[in-house]
Amino acid sequence: MIRVEQQDFDPGEEYHALRDSGSGTGAIATFTGLVRDSGDLKGVTGLFLEHYPGMTEQVIEGLVGEASQRWDVREARVIHRVGYLALGEQIVFVGVCSAHRGDAFAACEFIMDALKTSAPFWKKEITGGGEHWVEQKASDVDRSQSWE
Amino acid sequence: MATDKTITVKFFARLREELDTASLKVEAKPGLTAGRLLRDLAGNGGHWAQLDGAQPVMIAINQAMAKSDQALQPGDEVAFFPPVTGG
Repeated sequence: MIRVEQQDFDPGEEYHALRDSGSGTGAIATFTGLVRDSGDLKGVTGLFLEHYPGMTEQVIEGLVGEASQRWDVREARVIHRVGYLALGEQIVFVGVCSAHRGDAFAACEFIMDALKTSAPFWKKEITGGGEHWVEQKASDVDRSQSWE
Repeated sequence: MATDKTITVKFFARLREELDTASLKVEAKPGLTAGRLLRDLAGNGGHWAQLDGAQPVMIAINQAMAKSDQALQPGDEVAFFPPVTGG
């Protein structure tokens, strides 16, 4: 289940949906990302998230498929918000259920790392005095490549 | 039924703003690749000049990541955008 949407989500509801998704599940790993400022500008109040409708969903679908080939993934849920988000708001959720914790942790971390460097989202930081597009970080690219 | 002989070109994020263009159409020509199209568009000068390698540009063809030497066919949708920063 993949959702790209403006509205907020409830990680508890997503957890329960994962828990109810089938038999054989022994582990659920979830990750929730929050909006923070990148440190490039002072006085950041929030972000504007742009995305490429259609491609975004396809890329995430592909990442979940790849994770399912590499690890035991019974069910995965990925939510990414778009539009204006204030500091501290939830921005992304990844949840994976599996038979065992190792696969759940690995698949969850892989999907999140790969999403950051391959899913077409862009962040623009908003301050009282202006705005600027966030640059991709080398450390994010390194993390994503470490799974190859 | 008329066949679409054009290619739809989309821009996102910083590129969309700086070029003041979200989408445009170009004529499909034999041998046209994504990289060739970038060089052609860079010839418009101004902010367009950055498409000629001055800034990293990611390429998607029909909503899948692509390389600059990939050929463009009539009806294709090609998108150019800065490195992604989601998550």
